[in-house]
Amino acid sequence: MNGLEKVPTGIRGLDQVTHGGLPKGRTALVCGGPGTGKTLLGLEFLVRGAELYNEPGVCVAFEETVQELTTNMASLGHNLNSLVKARKLAIDYVEIERKQIEETGEYNLDGLFVRLKQAIDAVKARRVLLDTAELLFLGLKNEAIVRSELRRLFHWLKDAGVTAMMTAESGEKSLTRHGLEEYVADCVIVLDHRVTEQISTRRLRVVKYRGSSHGTNEYPFLMESDGIAVMPITSAGLSHGASTETISSGVAGLDEMLGRQGFFRGSSILITGTAGTGKSSFGASFASASCGRGERALYFSFEESPHQILRNMSSVGLELSRWINKGLLKIHSSRPTTAGLEAHLAQMYKDVEDFQPDVVVIDPITNLIAVGDQGSVKGMLTRLIDFLKMKNITALFTNLIFGDEMEERAIGISSLMDGWLVLRDLPNGAERIRTLNLLKCRGMSHDMRMHSFTLGEKGITINGNFQTIGAVKA
Amino acid sequence: MATSKRSAPSRRSNTNNGTREGISASLPRRRTKALWELRLYVAGMTPTSIRAFENLKKLCEEHLHGLYSIQVIDLLERPMLARGDQIVAVPTLVRRLPTPVKKIIGDLSNTERVLVGLDLRPAGGWH
Repeated sequence: MNGLEKVPTGIRGLDQVTHGGLPKGRTALVCGGPGTGKTLLGLEFLVRGAELYNEPGVCVAFEETVQELTTNMASLGHNLNSLVKARKLAIDYVEIERKQIEETGEYNLDGLFVRLKQAIDAVKARRVLLDTAELLFLGLKNEAIVRSELRRLFHWLKDAGVTAMMTAESGEKSLTRHGLEEYVADCVIVLDHRVTEQISTRRLRVVKYRGSSHGTNEYPFLMESDGIAVMPITSAGLSHGASTETISSGVAGLDEMLGRQGFFRGSSILITGTAGTGKSSFGASFASASCGRGERALYFSFEESPHQILRNMSSVGLELSRWINKGLLKIHSSRPTTAGLEAHLAQMYKDVEDFQPDVVVIDPITNLIAVGDQGSVKGMLTRLIDFLKMKNITALFTNLIFGDEMEERAIGISSLMDGWLVLRDLPNGAERIRTLNLLKCRGMSHDMRMHSFTLGEKGITINGNFQTIGAVKA
Repeated sequence: MATSKRSAPSRRSNTNNGTREGISASLPRRRTKALWELRLYVAGMTPTSIRAFENLKKLCEEHLHGLYSIQVIDLLERPMLARGDQIVAVPTLVRRLPTPVKKIIGDLSNTERVLVGLDLRPAGGWH
């Protein structure tokens, strides 16, 4: 192990990416363009420190007033006022208005040092945020003095034994506009906010971490009503265990087709079908059965609102609201187009981390595919599946297909899945018959034949082997 | 000499008001037009601090004789006061009165700049 001591930030995901947190007693640099979330990340570092690790913090704000910071943090669910009252946080707004300042002769920034020291002493701070000290360059004319004083400041912070974070605006040629990375070279984090096809994704990357290993990828991060979360999404590889425990699919007839057992726990199941073939009903049956066993189910809906799902499912005999009331089921609805693929993935990670479900239903993944290209969708699904498998979560994905394209569309993703159930809606004389077909189920002997099923008040009923099909499309 | 300076000494009342601190801003402006309330913030009695004070004293005697008060605040002794006047650099001279508040940072070695900064001489300088 290396000898570098680290301070956990307490920001979800960031400590994983940095393999433990920020370098203790040093200053880390957070840079990014305007609106990338530098200030909020910095404040969250202080808030989490105060709340989780009993490490009070000081924020020296050069840009925004205490009132503005408080309002902004309220949107992330943090109450700065109460931390200030509890003497776990001190905020000093430093205003440098160049217009009212004339300079003549020698000076130093002891005024700033005095204020910082006073604030640190007042709350016995262990953490410091300087947001954004480079405004000193705008406020003061003598750049040479500012530079040497900043250098002194970083040494001073080190001597004070506080772990600090400093934000800085991105520069065109260098990481930061004023080359602050020159002074703070231990840990540099870059934030980015990109918009591709009108869809924005926030990303975080650790570009430098002296004396420590760290994740080098760009990781999406979220600013939510309960704080910031960085999503250390990497392919976990194939090291996850394989359970032999089985859990019910929620449909008795389907369990029977699976040798009376159901799915392996921790496996990933794909259900494909054209519109109206009952994919969601299978998903909901699966979720409901899990809740019936007292397990937790998380249902991601990219098509319907929770109310729609509750209403529609009650028509097939599934009263999902009782599970919601018991806290066993959570339905998370969102439009795929509200965010990019990465952001959706990040959101799902976070919801899974928060809710800790035993089973997950994603209904449908089709809409997500619409937001990304084939390659990135497959990449994303791989990561999602790995993530769920690592947590031994059984996942059921539905996928909408259109008429003749049939499996072709699903082929790319079906290889990632352990089981594949195909639903069809076949004309049979004057009516249409619902059929299902287990195309694959890894590690399990299963009934490969086509079965017909009905959707009724008692849920999904599988009517046994359906042999006399006249008009199966290839 | 500077015209702005000419108008200043027309009222010679309240010459020695240096002990009044904090509340001066609320005094009616018409009564205090002739009063210059200056604060010099320093951090310890360093050579720069002392130089700044001497430069200021000399300049005031020359241009504001009898009309000014200087309060020297050592932030090492009274750190809490740094926030109120938004002090970052030291030495900082704050002209609290007449309003608007003006700040001049540095050792005040360039008299011309200080006079301009205090509005005792128009920018651009006549010399």
